[in-house]
Amino acid sequence: MLAMNYRGPYRVRADQKPEPQIEHPNDAIVRVTRSCICGSDLHLYHGMMPDTRVGMTFGHEFTGVVEQVGLGVQNLKVGDHVLVPFNIFCGACYFCQRELYSNCHNTNPEASAVGGIYGYSHSTGGYDGGQAEYVRVPMADVGPTVLPPDMDPDDAVLLTDALPTGYQAAEMGSIRRGDTVVVFGAGPVGIFAAKSAWLLGAGRVIVVDHVEYRLDFVRKYAQCEVINFREVDDMAVHIKKMTDWLGADVCIDCVGCEAVGNAMQTLTGRYLKWQAGSATVLHWAINSVRKGGHVSIVGVYGPTFNALPIGNAINKGLTLRMNQASVKRHLPRLIEHIQAGRIDPKQIITHRVPLEEVADAYHIFSSKLDHCIKTVLVPPRAAL
Amino acid sequence: METRDHSGQHRRANSLDEKDYAHIPGWGVDLARENRPAYPMERTPPRLEGASTERPQDQPLNVQVFHSIERPGVTPLFGSSAPPSGLSGKLRGAAYKLSENDIRHWLMLQMADRVNVIEGIGQDLGQGRVPNIFAEMGIRAEWQHNKAGLVRKVVVASAVAGLACYLLKRRNARLTR
Repeated sequence: MLAMNYRGPYRVRADQKPEPQIEHPNDAIVRVTRSCICGSDLHLYHGMMPDTRVGMTFGHEFTGVVEQVGLGVQNLKVGDHVLVPFNIFCGACYFCQRELYSNCHNTNPEASAVGGIYGYSHSTGGYDGGQAEYVRVPMADVGPTVLPPDMDPDDAVLLTDALPTGYQAAEMGSIRRGDTVVVFGAGPVGIFAAKSAWLLGAGRVIVVDHVEYRLDFVRKYAQCEVINFREVDDMAVHIKKMTDWLGADVCIDCVGCEAVGNAMQTLTGRYLKWQAGSATVLHWAINSVRKGGHVSIVGVYGPTFNALPIGNAINKGLTLRMNQASVKRHLPRLIEHIQAGRIDPKQIITHRVPLEEVADAYHIFSSKLDHCIKTVLVPPRAAL
Repeated sequence: METRDHSGQHRRANSLDEKDYAHIPGWGVDLARENRPAYPMERTPPRLEGASTERPQDQPLNVQVFHSIERPGVTPLFGSSAPPSGLSGKLRGAAYKLSENDIRHWLMLQMADRVNVIEGIGQDLGQGRVPNIFAEMGIRAEWQHNKAGLVRKVVVASAVAGLACYLLKRRNARLTR
């Protein structure tokens, strides 16, 4: 089968690889119909995530048709069109029993902090991902959700990560009626976080980025205010001025370890790798939020350490919440939002690229060429 | 005269009136906490249809799988992609003898990743394939969408390489004198 093949930092290609096999009675094999490149795939692509092995296939946002099921699978059948949450989870462990599916304890031998994730290095379990024609889907009875008949596959593929992560980011901010919410990052997750903040009752939503075309998009799509941080001397002072000097009620980090905007953070975090990535946005969020406010973090950081103004967080009495999204728990409500026309996820898709051109697709997304916001890879056997 | 800070007393509140947000589809539909899908943070029993509470059966171990020493063994499920091999595999094996709490664990894994890249090129060459590194880096897209940037990169790279050659030549000439 054709699959994306990681060869090293900034190097990927489409190669022929053996088709995946059923390795466990609860496995399914899914033929991929849509697969996205996620902003967090870029952390792998840029060589920032430890234990990313040459030969691996990335891709944790995908939909597909069930081609084969293991003997233990009862809820899925061959031919079902499914969206597959990026989390691989068992549904039975201590954490899954508390709906913390992203923290499943039974699916990632290589690390204890996070559960399994498709195509996201061996630090998240060593599973091949969905940027391929076929993919092995473990725990097929609990992970995948069959697409509702009226659901557009382009909407469905964004329900596997980007939209639930953006929604959870807003939700972890514990937004109250009328709150001022600042979202850092106008990528897909930031766009959906801004949109979700309104659903949760925010009174003002401000998105911060430096990529002008993305700011233009989010301004219209999420009906929010925007700030280009390149035009601002000091982010914390700017946000304070915008909020009568008290700070925002909620700040949300939708950027993570590859943030730009502070030369020292960029140097130590991104280039020298003395930190687990650049913590620029964490600084901005902690220093821009009001005393007693909430900071929500869904931007991805490496597993080592970051230099943070934790003293300020303590002195301000902040609540910090963070996690990988537990996609499955958000799906019923988000599907309702899509069906009711409150969110139209597919609007953020700017590029549709054949899987054969995966190297170009990664480069376009990574370098923000051609006004790219979201790229969907289409495998040769994607037709329904 | 020095400006005084009276901001602690005043804050213009955003509107709390739903009518002011009529232009935003769905404003406030998830305002009630109990309607939010991830509230409360830990929710038991989980809303999973048809899920078993039994520990999943163990996946057969047909490839070498490392496990964190912060857990007693390999989890019931795991990925079997790119099993460890070569020098990078040995480095990874050494890394997994240290806990996630030990910075050396992660640094060794990152070092193994870099070694693995060189092994990957060797693997390609061993299979009679010369990797097209420029194509793998998406140079076609760069040419298509950012010609000026590509030209600039080529000029800078050529200038740096030319300067390095010149300095090396000059040093060699000085040494042979």
